[in-house]
Amino acid sequence: MTNPLKKVKQIGADYKQLDEKDKKQFWVDGILNNALYILMALFVVYTASVKPNFLTLGSFANLITQVAAYLPMALGIAGCIVLTGTDLSAGRVAGLTAAVAGVLLQKTDFANKMFQNLPEVTIGWILVALLTVIAIGAFVGLVNGFFVAKFSLHPFIVTLSTQLITYGIILWFFGLNGNNGQPISGLDKAYKDFVGGELFRLGNVAIPMYVLYAAILVLVMWFIWNKTAFGKNMFAVGSNAEAAKVSGVNVFWTTVLVHTLAGAMYGYAGFVEGVRSGSVAASTGLNAECDAIAACVIGGVSFVGGTGSISGIILGVFVLRIIFVALTMLGVDSSSLYIIKGAIILCACALDMRKYLVKK
Amino acid sequence: MAKDVLLKMEGITKAFPGVKALDNVSLEVKAGTVHALMGENGAGKSTLMKCLFGIYAKDNGHIYLEGKEIDFKSSKEALDNGVAMVHQELNQALKRNVMDNIWLGRYPTIAGIAVNERKMREDTEAIFKELQIDVDVHRVMSTMPVSQRQMVEIAKAVSYNSKVIVFDEPTSSLTEEEVEHLFDIINMLRDKGVGIIYISHKMAEIKRISDEITIMRDGQWVATRPAAELEMNDIIRLMVGRELTNQFPPKTNKPGEVTLKVENLTGQYNQLKDVSFEAHKGEVLGIAGLDSSGRTETLESIFGIRTRKSGTITLDGKKCLNRNAGESIKNGFALLTEERRATGIFGVLSIKDNTVISSLKRHKRFGVYLSEKSQREDTQYYIDAMRTKTPSQDTKIRSLSGGNQQKVIIGRWLLTEPEVLLLDEPTRGIDVGAKYEIYQLILDLANKGKTVLMVSSEMPELLGVCDRIVVMSGGRVAGEVDARNTTQEEIMTLAAKYV
Repeated sequence: MTNPLKKVKQIGADYKQLDEKDKKQFWVDGILNNALYILMALFVVYTASVKPNFLTLGSFANLITQVAAYLPMALGIAGCIVLTGTDLSAGRVAGLTAAVAGVLLQKTDFANKMFQNLPEVTIGWILVALLTVIAIGAFVGLVNGFFVAKFSLHPFIVTLSTQLITYGIILWFFGLNGNNGQPISGLDKAYKDFVGGELFRLGNVAIPMYVLYAAILVLVMWFIWNKTAFGKNMFAVGSNAEAAKVSGVNVFWTTVLVHTLAGAMYGYAGFVEGVRSGSVAASTGLNAECDAIAACVIGGVSFVGGTGSISGIILGVFVLRIIFVALTMLGVDSSSLYIIKGAIILCACALDMRKYLVKK
Repeated sequence: MAKDVLLKMEGITKAFPGVKALDNVSLEVKAGTVHALMGENGAGKSTLMKCLFGIYAKDNGHIYLEGKEIDFKSSKEALDNGVAMVHQELNQALKRNVMDNIWLGRYPTIAGIAVNERKMREDTEAIFKELQIDVDVHRVMSTMPVSQRQMVEIAKAVSYNSKVIVFDEPTSSLTEEEVEHLFDIINMLRDKGVGIIYISHKMAEIKRISDEITIMRDGQWVATRPAAELEMNDIIRLMVGRELTNQFPPKTNKPGEVTLKVENLTGQYNQLKDVSFEAHKGEVLGIAGLDSSGRTETLESIFGIRTRKSGTITLDGKKCLNRNAGESIKNGFALLTEERRATGIFGVLSIKDNTVISSLKRHKRFGVYLSEKSQREDTQYYIDAMRTKTPSQDTKIRSLSGGNQQKVIIGRWLLTEPEVLLLDEPTRGIDVGAKYEIYQLILDLANKGKTVLMVSSEMPELLGVCDRIVVMSGGRVAGEVDARNTTQEEIMTLAAKYV
């Protein structure tokens, strides 16, 4: 890799060659291409000056915990975006798997336990539950991928449909065994510890286990994206599906697998979400895909297709979380939060698209 | 009888990066005549028309319509001023009906708000009556055959009271009867004093319909003569008549025994019919023909990305099914596609990723892991071997020139270690220097015992690089010639055999 200092010097030398108008364009491009990061920096500085405890170890620990919770879904959905698609079913799939995991892992002596005859919650049973929900997520992803690849349907349509279908299944599930739509609570302590137990302390805030799991997922996904033929094929299909076909890439299987992998990620996300919120309701996971998509776009996984990196996704999730943590600290109410969220996504997409438009 | 000059194009010049597409071309179209515009593929006919309609901005030259200088910025502006074009590829709103397509963008209205359906219908019917077109004005375009859609396009041109109408290969998808009807309409328009520019490859038609013929070659004006004075052979000679200079590397390859046999290739969804030929080891076999004569379809059918109805492919005595690209690659085939941008490059990916995508197997370690080092080695090998000009392996391929992109993609295919290379227009959109390098590369490959099939619209290129040339026409093999002792005239005649 090139020496960064050298690179800066080179840019400086190039800059001197430019005429007045081009110099102006250089700054405009520079600012717009990095606008989100510049805005975020200004925002952090502002928040820190108003609320000094924003820049404490505790709030950093809180930030990391939130990032670890939101990251898996973003890692999954990013693959769909690389293929120029999207996935609207993500949130509902996580909701379903949170419910399934919750039911499988309720306390043995819990009064409202939905299924009485389940085995005792041991580490083995927890892993069975984890694999089950990952399989459920992967199955929905498989269906998504199959319809996208086989019938050349736009993922928007396919995943909108599976989103509705999944929600229907969730509602049906919550009505089983006379549950009558009640939230699933009374999660077993072993399950809670497995997901949310203390990994280590940062300052005086406990870092939960799922931060470790998120780190492992990041490594696995980085490997898949960068070091496997499947990853290379995914980028090729996203960049130019026709050319990929000619080059001997199996476009069908690549598309199916990307969606299946994404589904598995949502399955895992649901597994964690249940513990995080203490109980699972039918509305768990609602609109979670919006945050995930926004994080991907902010992190440079473009809807243009064929671009994006794992580090970008992490950065995107971080940016989005920092903004929310800060806004919450500043006491912004939830209605304004939604407006700001929408505005950020809009700006991020517009700024991102700007990089890919051919200048005439 | 001297007729008024209606449209005059003078000294039109247009350059694209690396290519001078039009060089000082002039064209005069008289009122009430049919003026044929002829030339090989890539002679500059379409570019000239695009300059007229403002699709391309001309670099130099003037255009006069009825003595007044014009400079259209769009085809819409041209239409409004009475210059219309009936495109080869009909560009219509297929889901809408006939009337909508004719009046789109200028609907007659009632009080400026509601569309005046009745006026629209009456006007359309009046035009159809005049042109003797029998089409229901309410019919949806997509339900109509191409010939009728073309009639609608002509009616649209007439509805603008066009003074000049350009027909671009209008008969390419018409039956003989439909051609007759088209000619009746063209004659009718001519009698009304419309100036007609008629672009076609079909000699017989040109002789029948046109009053004057202008011939172009390599972006230059060659001749304008009354049609009566030109015989078919004269036209061909004028179209191809350029000298071969040493723009090709010396031919050193020695073709060996037959290795590839293609038998009775017939397309399921295209016009390919009973295409059979053989190719030898170490041979460069050219495939010539006009646009849409089935050349590309032949290569793509062999490679398995177009559906075959029947036909067999045999390589070294082994039958190859080649049902998809992956299988063809395994069987030792490689296809360089014609549309580099659409089906060749991965624009936003790096040179490295573009190079290794078809040969990822080579880099696999422990079954899944792809070695970065070996990918970089392969990429660097082909950057060096092809002398690809790129700042680094990580540069996005779309920022390279066409010639360098082509080298990267050729490298991609060579890494699959193919026995048969199918090259579709390998030098299209590439500057002269890079062309020479690609010719050299093709000959080197033949020297190494590979079989190369090369489709090209540039005849000198085929004559300069190939050993034999299969000439296609109308989806069939029209003949086969020895590249050393054939002439462009002979190929041209074969290419027109089944059109």
